Amino acid sequence: MAIPPLKNALVAGAVGLALGLSACGESDPPAPDAEDLDISVLQDNFESTYQPLPPEHVVITNATILVGNGERLDKGSIHIRDGKIKAIAEEMDVPGDAQVVDAEGGWVTPGIIDSHSHLGVYPSPGVWAHADGNEMVSPNTAHVSAEHGLWPQDPGFLRAIEGGVTSALILPGSANIFGGRGVTVKMVPGRTAQDMKFPDAPQTLKMACGENPKRVYGQGRGSSPYTRMGNKAEVRSAFINAQDYLDRWIDYERKKAAGEDAEAPSRDLSLETLAGVLNDEVLVHNHCYRADEMKHRLDIAEEFGYQITAFHHAVESYKIADTLAEADVCSAMWSDWWGFKMEAWDGIRENVPMVEAAGACAVLHSDSAQDIQRLNQEAAKAMAAANRVGLDVTREQAIGWITLNAAKILGIDEVTGSLEAGKNADVVIWDGDPFSVYSRTQQVYVDGARVFDRDDPARQGELDFTLGMLGEGAQ
Amino acid sequence: MLRTIATIITVAAATLAFPLKAEVIAITGGQVHTLGEAGVLEDATVLIRDGRIEAVGQDVSIPNDARRIDAEGRPVTPGIIDAHGQIGLVEVSAVSGSNDGAVSGRAFTAAFDVADAINPASALIPINRVEGITRAVVAPGHGGGGSLIAGQGAIIDLGNGYDTLTRQGAAMYASLGETGAQLSGGSRAAAMLHLREALQDAQDYQDNRADYERRERREYALGRLDLDALGPVLEGEMPLIINAHRASDIRAALRLATDFDLQLVIRGGAEAWKVAEELAAVDVPVLIDPLQNLPGNFESLGSTLENAARLHEDGVRFAFATGDSHNARNITQAAGNAVAHGLPHEAAMAAIMSVPADIWSIEDRVGRLESGLEADLVIWDGDPLDVTSYPDHVFIRGAEMPMETRHTRLRDRYLEVHDLTLPLAYPR
Repeated sequence: MAIPPLKNALVAGAVGLALGLSACGESDPPAPDAEDLDISVLQDNFESTYQPLPPEHVVITNATILVGNGERLDKGSIHIRDGKIKAIAEEMDVPGDAQVVDAEGGWVTPGIIDSHSHLGVYPSPGVWAHADGNEMVSPNTAHVSAEHGLWPQDPGFLRAIEGGVTSALILPGSANIFGGRGVTVKMVPGRTAQDMKFPDAPQTLKMACGENPKRVYGQGRGSSPYTRMGNKAEVRSAFINAQDYLDRWIDYERKKAAGEDAEAPSRDLSLETLAGVLNDEVLVHNHCYRADEMKHRLDIAEEFGYQITAFHHAVESYKIADTLAEADVCSAMWSDWWGFKMEAWDGIRENVPMVEAAGACAVLHSDSAQDIQRLNQEAAKAMAAANRVGLDVTREQAIGWITLNAAKILGIDEVTGSLEAGKNADVVIWDGDPFSVYSRTQQVYVDGARVFDRDDPARQGELDFTLGMLGEGAQ
Repeated sequence: MLRTIATIITVAAATLAFPLKAEVIAITGGQVHTLGEAGVLEDATVLIRDGRIEAVGQDVSIPNDARRIDAEGRPVTPGIIDAHGQIGLVEVSAVSGSNDGAVSGRAFTAAFDVADAINPASALIPINRVEGITRAVVAPGHGGGGSLIAGQGAIIDLGNGYDTLTRQGAAMYASLGETGAQLSGGSRAAAMLHLREALQDAQDYQDNRADYERRERREYALGRLDLDALGPVLEGEMPLIINAHRASDIRAALRLATDFDLQLVIRGGAEAWKVAEELAAVDVPVLIDPLQNLPGNFESLGSTLENAARLHEDGVRFAFATGDSHNARNITQAAGNAVAHGLPHEAAMAAIMSVPADIWSIEDRVGRLESGLEADLVIWDGDPLDVTSYPDHVFIRGAEMPMETRHTRLRDRYLEVHDLTLPLAYPR
């Protein structure tokens, strides 16, 4: 028998409780809804210390603007002030105190968002001493968090900024079924991971299907999961425990709210992460290649009443794009990686546009310290391949794969991801069509601050690692 | 006598490799990038006969029996030569049974010849050729406990037959730098020591073979087959490709090449720009990945997207090689990025078309669009180096290649999921 989805169980419980209470007397306060309960242990324990840099007051003019939401201005202007986008329009009056950046011949896009990166946790140099992205000791390490492995001195951050990336989700690796929590960062190098942490971004959990857990534990150690069967059983078992854990905390918080004596349950970091998933406070980012496995994971999510935010890598999403659309689950994909393992054998260039054409949400991610520097080119390859088979993908559409749709799965789309008034001024000026291999970023803004400028050496950083080494200034 | 028979068989095989039907094809109206002295010819014709280029130019008379393809002003280029990869040796990287790229457990496997393992039916071949790659250098690997001297690479065409070898024993592969150190007990100095020992032994063996056969020679570090295999390297007939990134490792390789009078090629070369003048002085070419710009380890601290532009500036010969086999097709993107970072467009085209042919001494067969050469060519729908361009037609040795792959088959199967009377697995 299927365990009823948690939310329904809670509602049923609350209704039952309310009925019971009403039988006792009308003066008793109603029991709080589970959703109204502030379950303190599910909150993010490590606050961001990110401080926006002093913002510029700028009007960028004469640019071809891809807004990120599917719109395009052929010759537009964008006004940036106090770290926000004040206005975007074909014509605008330039305030006297604003600096004008004439982008004649150039293009403007939202800051690019990479929804799958290991920068900082698998940094350059790729030495064991810095390989902090995969806690490969157990198939369930939901208790760990990428921010606790993130080395903010990874030179890859600066290369990514130069590539126009303004935010990224840094995820643990995929050796484990539950790899741990990810951390969403601003692409502004800081002295600590917390300095880079995207303020108020939702918490995330990395999960993994398929070959990697099987290889590391089954093949490598003769332990579970030995098969995909074991993998899914582990997911279900873990969520049964998590549900129990959550119930105990709900019970405790409810009693506390009602002024009753209650003893707090003992804490369990792994179960806190999973309970956060069940309570819609932690977004699930699920590494999953094969179409049939994604469907299994959707069924399990339904069984326990949680939502999978996105399947990552998802090389076979094109095979079940209709199902994914129906389930409202996004796919974060490469443009063309394939063949490096069995579950990547059916990867095709048209995956991203085919997912979108089926009405499902398509995101293009990097998973690579190299490709994160050129997500615009990756989108261009997928767009062009699609257009050759008549899918008619436009640039204004394709830019969404690496901006607004990516923001959506990170849960930060209300503040970034498109160039709409009121959003954070995360903006890239390109010296040409960003869907050409020859175009390069000219300026990159995060929260209105110019963090990269190709014409201004003062806006091109050098992180500690390369300082005084042969690599300093090599770029 | 045996050698004569072998030669006859080889010649016969090479002849059979060309289309049996004598087809004449005229590609007209193209923007023809000859990659040769003729440069770029607008509105030009390439005439193909019997698998070879018969004529290239703006005034080529087209025979009546020629099949005409109108390029409509689009770029026509030589086929791309992937200068380093494992196409044909690897199918699924993580499936060991489909993977013949490296030998482990022995320090020297100079006699290991990838040609004996190449699979012309590999799915990687059509997937890369529909994106313009027509020849590929297939190299033995060093990773995963491979050998310091890994063995011999081959050059194949990506055509549709079983006779795809362009050249067997095309080069010998060895490692210095971090890989070489790992394979030699932990130090670069040990790697150099072992390479020198191997070359000295091979030289001694060449000079005293009769003594060796009579067991009157000292012990060698290498077995007989490996000693034999190093003969052409010592003769300077077979290039020695040495993996090296760090500037000091490249210098070490140059010293080795000087001492033994070797035909050296550097592969990797992340810091090659730091030693560009020395490379240019002895005309040692470099195979680089132009996208390498991260200090991925301590031997590539000087990685930069301007590597290619700086090497070009200093007159170093270089070809592009990402080392990626499944996506060797992305070499055009890599080349385009080199252009975005200062390399002239024609030099980037050369680095994936003509220069590899020169480095591998197959310039008398492919690499340019010139009369007499084998007809490997591509008609593109746009600038070959831009990421939105794809080939419309690909010819290998004069034969037009099908533009279908298992990827296009998968794509088409799922492009429109109709109401089906049969499961999706049935329609083909």
